[in-house]
Amino acid sequence: MTLSKERLLELYKKMVTIRQFEENAAELFANGEIPGFVHLYIGEEATAVGVMANLEAGDYIASTHRGHGHLIARGGDVKLMYAELFGRKTGYCKGKGGSMHIADMSLGFLGANGIVGAGLPLAAGAAFACKYRGDNGVAVCFFGDGASNRGTLHEALNLASIWKLPAIFVCENNMYGISMRQEHHQNIKDVADRASAYGIPGISVDGNDLFAVYEAAEEAVKRARQGDGPTLIECKTYRWRGHFEGDPTVYRTDEELEAWKKKDPIKRVKKRLLDMGVFTEEEDMAIWEEVKKEIQEGIEFAKNSPLPDEADLLEDVYCD
Amino acid sequence: MPEITYLEAINAALKEEMRRDPNVFILGEDVGIFGGCFGVTQGLYDEFGPERVLDTPISETAIIGASVGAAAAGLRPVPEIMFMDFMGVCLDEIFNQAAKMRYMFGGRAKIPITVRTACGAGLGAAAQHSQSLEAWFAHIPGLKVVMPSTPADAKGLLVSSIRDDNPVIFIEHKMLYGVSGTVPEGEYTIPLGKADIKREGSDATVVATAMMVHKALAAAETLAEEGIEIEVIDPRCLQPLDKDTILQSVEKTGRLVIVQEAVKFGGFGGEIAAMVVEEGFDLLDAPIKRIGAPFAPVPFATNLENVYLPGEEDIIEAVKSVV
Repeated sequence: MTLSKERLLELYKKMVTIRQFEENAAELFANGEIPGFVHLYIGEEATAVGVMANLEAGDYIASTHRGHGHLIARGGDVKLMYAELFGRKTGYCKGKGGSMHIADMSLGFLGANGIVGAGLPLAAGAAFACKYRGDNGVAVCFFGDGASNRGTLHEALNLASIWKLPAIFVCENNMYGISMRQEHHQNIKDVADRASAYGIPGISVDGNDLFAVYEAAEEAVKRARQGDGPTLIECKTYRWRGHFEGDPTVYRTDEELEAWKKKDPIKRVKKRLLDMGVFTEEEDMAIWEEVKKEIQEGIEFAKNSPLPDEADLLEDVYCD
Repeated sequence: MPEITYLEAINAALKEEMRRDPNVFILGEDVGIFGGCFGVTQGLYDEFGPERVLDTPISETAIIGASVGAAAAGLRPVPEIMFMDFMGVCLDEIFNQAAKMRYMFGGRAKIPITVRTACGAGLGAAAQHSQSLEAWFAHIPGLKVVMPSTPADAKGLLVSSIRDDNPVIFIEHKMLYGVSGTVPEGEYTIPLGKADIKREGSDATVVATAMMVHKALAAAETLAEEGIEIEVIDPRCLQPLDKDTILQSVEKTGRLVIVQEAVKFGGFGGEIAAMVVEEGFDLLDAPIKRIGAPFAPVPFATNLENVYLPGEEDIIEAVKSVV
């Protein structure tokens, strides 16, 4: 791993941005300011940031219903994200998508997705496009342990393996498919084991360890760009919030949540950066303050943005 | 103009579009060396190679899902779903992904994919290889639905579908593959959403799709001998639907018979009937008649299949009941 000091600070700031974006989204939702469903990424920041740090312009990402963290890690604009959450005309999707459908095609971000496991074949297709054009691009698909039981996983990984597609399949195993614990929804401990069924590498890493995720993704992206085909990476992590905001989380214990909070991915990176002398406590506080300002600006932008024009209801159903 | 078959016309459209645009590629089950289950993609593998004519595993979800992802990333996939009955296996990829991405993303994506598939009964292929499910797709905003009945229409509409920036469900009737007709050579396009008057007449309007266009034309010959002139309209596209051509014809004839091979209940014919009632009630001089298959799966035995399928006699009877 060869991350410069500047790069480490950039990645750390992205993790802090995700955390603060989501904490504010939770509060805004609780206050009734955001309609619909919101699925928050708090606790999983290291996975998105560690993977995305290996991507370049021209690469593609298929995200999930829990997609805010992925887009921020890819460089998404929090102003446009909040505006979309608020259902405003200035949002990423002009207020027509909401949290579950935010996309940024200019970043190769093929969208969050309201259908669990739907991104898997989409990513295979985007990876195929890269290979077809010979442009050295790769496609990453994020999906959860719950999605790993969908048939889309089998069909996408099988296709990607026989066509040696430049794809990286990243399972964010947060231990629950909605309310169902992994031990109840599948008869294996490591989703990465499924890679062997397709003759591709499968690796299971600590998803709360930015550096472990980064290194696994680095290797997988290298393999993909070299034409060696796809990799399945399983990142073991945990969502601090419920499946959705408003989820009473009766299916898990406070003790379990507290134990995972002790493994806070952001605190772990912070300690490492302090130990490495990358920054000081004061500089860390300055990062949190800077992010706080950006987040507040994003929320203000959203709140001050106009609602979508009702005359535009039927716009964009089709391309002209 | 040379006379070629419906199958050859589709093959020509694929070949010409692949020559014209390097982003066009084909994928599906047995579409490569084998040339497709019905032979539609014959010769394409030889000309364009395995990079652009891709055999896939039997994985309809992956075929369409990967096509949608490749389209979002800038290519123009033309996937084949061998039988329309298999569309249930890849429905999420069609109706929740391809159809909705543009709208959900605020107009910032386009998904130019043309899903070719074969519908229709008549082969003794029974309940899971014979259906006409066009109404499912016409119901989904974001999809275009094309259903050609002649070789020329098949070519011109397929070229337009491939060039269209929206997801198109291109429905070929398997019993029409061997039907011949004159087809313009070289560049030939037909705009999507333009109906065609297959036969002019003044006594009744018969709107028919796919195989039913041919049954309606046969019925027209018989009826003409009895002095009844029907106007046969093929919408060719169900979405977008050319309402004007249908309404103008009903204005002329005052009578409307709608024929579809699909199960009548909940079918597309009901939509045409409702549209004419809503937008042209005053034009009607008689009740609308709808013809479609009974509410049952497609049977296997030849005699049962023959009874099941709407035929020339059904059309003649319906027309006579309204004129």
